[in-house]
Amino acid sequence: MTTTTSKSPRLGRLTPYLLGLPAIVWLAVFFVVPLVLMLAKALQECNPATGVCTMSWNFASLSDAWSSSSTIIFRSLGYALAATVIDLVLSFPIAYWIAFYAGRRKNFFLMMLLVPFFVSFVIRTVIWKFLLSSDGLIIHTLQNLHLVSSDYQILGTTFAVVAGLAYNFLPFTALPLYVSLERLNPALLEASHDLYAGRITTFRKIVLPLCAPGIFAAFLLTFIPAFGDYVNQQVLGGFTNTMVGTVIQNLFLVSNDFPGGSALSAIVMGISLIGILAYGRLLGSKSIGDFV
Amino acid sequence: MSAKRGRWLGLYSWLLLAYLLVPIVGMIFFSFNDVLAGRPTVTFEWNGATLRWYRELTNVVGLPEAFWLSIRLALASMVAATVIGTLLALALVRYEGKRFRGRTAIDQTLFMNIAAPEIVMGASLLGLFASYHVARGFLTLLLSHTVFSIAYVTVTVRARLQGFDRHLEEAAGDLGATPLTTFRLVTLPMIMPGVLAGAMMAFALSLDDFVVSNFVSGTTLPFPVWVYGASRMGVPPQVFVFGTIIFLLGFAGAIASLAMSRRAVKSV
Repeated sequence: MTTTTSKSPRLGRLTPYLLGLPAIVWLAVFFVVPLVLMLAKALQECNPATGVCTMSWNFASLSDAWSSSSTIIFRSLGYALAATVIDLVLSFPIAYWIAFYAGRRKNFFLMMLLVPFFVSFVIRTVIWKFLLSSDGLIIHTLQNLHLVSSDYQILGTTFAVVAGLAYNFLPFTALPLYVSLERLNPALLEASHDLYAGRITTFRKIVLPLCAPGIFAAFLLTFIPAFGDYVNQQVLGGFTNTMVGTVIQNLFLVSNDFPGGSALSAIVMGISLIGILAYGRLLGSKSIGDFV
Repeated sequence: MSAKRGRWLGLYSWLLLAYLLVPIVGMIFFSFNDVLAGRPTVTFEWNGATLRWYRELTNVVGLPEAFWLSIRLALASMVAATVIGTLLALALVRYEGKRFRGRTAIDQTLFMNIAAPEIVMGASLLGLFASYHVARGFLTLLLSHTVFSIAYVTVTVRARLQGFDRHLEEAAGDLGATPLTTFRLVTLPMIMPGVLAGAMMAFALSLDDFVVSNFVSGTTLPFPVWVYGASRMGVPPQVFVFGTIIFLLGFAGAIASLAMSRRAVKSV
């Protein structure tokens, strides 16, 4: 690319923009514009009879959507938080092990983390439903061992939904954690040990602070998708644990209420943005790309 | 870092990987399970081994079409996202500061794109297509799948580009190669493992996707959307056969690209 500069300075200056142009256009038209349109839709008022919408800067629609769904939103946040914490705890040891002990087989183990993705998560979740059903393998075994009572159920419970979320999003937690641990200089851990720091102290004072950006990225990349998910709840959950994704899906695809669905989506996007912007503010947006 | 601790962590890691594979092993195993009576749907009671569902693979109305649609969609969106995403990665890595204004905004958009809840992306795309009266079908699926794959390709290729020795390109230029020749003969082979990894990611994301597809597919149903619809009335056993085929293809592809990148590392 340096040669372009010497031959034609103007083209050289334009090169980055030309290279980025297709992606910028694509992301603008099919990611940014739809989000803006969605927000606009939420602020419009529509005539249910004719289906004609006019912009009325109807900010009340957002607060209406909030007040009618706040219980469900908080529940979804709670489930997503539980699943994310479980995933952080479950995947930290494996990320640590791959980064420091796996040696030349690192790539193989990273691939093994991604392998479940080759089977659509709809199928994976449906299979969990079979495995967890009351006449399925897992509950049967537990009952035969007299570990649970004969009317014990997992399907339909909050536990099933959170477990499903934790299962499906675990790789999103493990990979960013691995990236940040991989960069950690093992000499620092040895130095800490030589200076008589215990394992817990080393973890608290060396590993955690240095991996903070990776942990935060792992948190966001798990928490936000889990927050908006509805497949796990629909397949594994019951009537008492509806999540916000289910409501949005029904508004759009069942009751055809685009303004209502848009308002609720805008709220979900707003909550997600808080997390993303907080990351940018605290850790800088440049490091963001390193963890995905 | 004691060896003993490594052993315990290793044991734990293997157990966790095994846990991740539980539903997949279940799927492969029960794709050989016979159905005794009635309309064939998947049950998890063992009725004896059979190859029937492999022989009658195309017997379910709509399922083979959904499978082929998903494959075509994954290939097409993979190609589009890989080209577009790689070009953006080149721009982002090579041009700092004043030479590329708007970099920060692009970085943030990429992260937002990756982190955004799928339901919001799907719903907003449906809104876009509905307000411009674009009929839902293969085209809308392709446009949508490409947009969520670009960011993944870009970050994967960028990671590879960051460890790249620019002197090689300068040397090619000094030897009289045009920029295009330099790109073809020097840059592209060097970043190829990253491009392949990004392409594989795009392929897998497209095959895996349900939420966005469910919003923008209309009556053209990709495999996961078809399965989700069918799961309410009972899943035909052929779904597990198709799932097994996809899994084995993906696994083979992953092993192949692992072997290729190992060879590439050795040859450098």
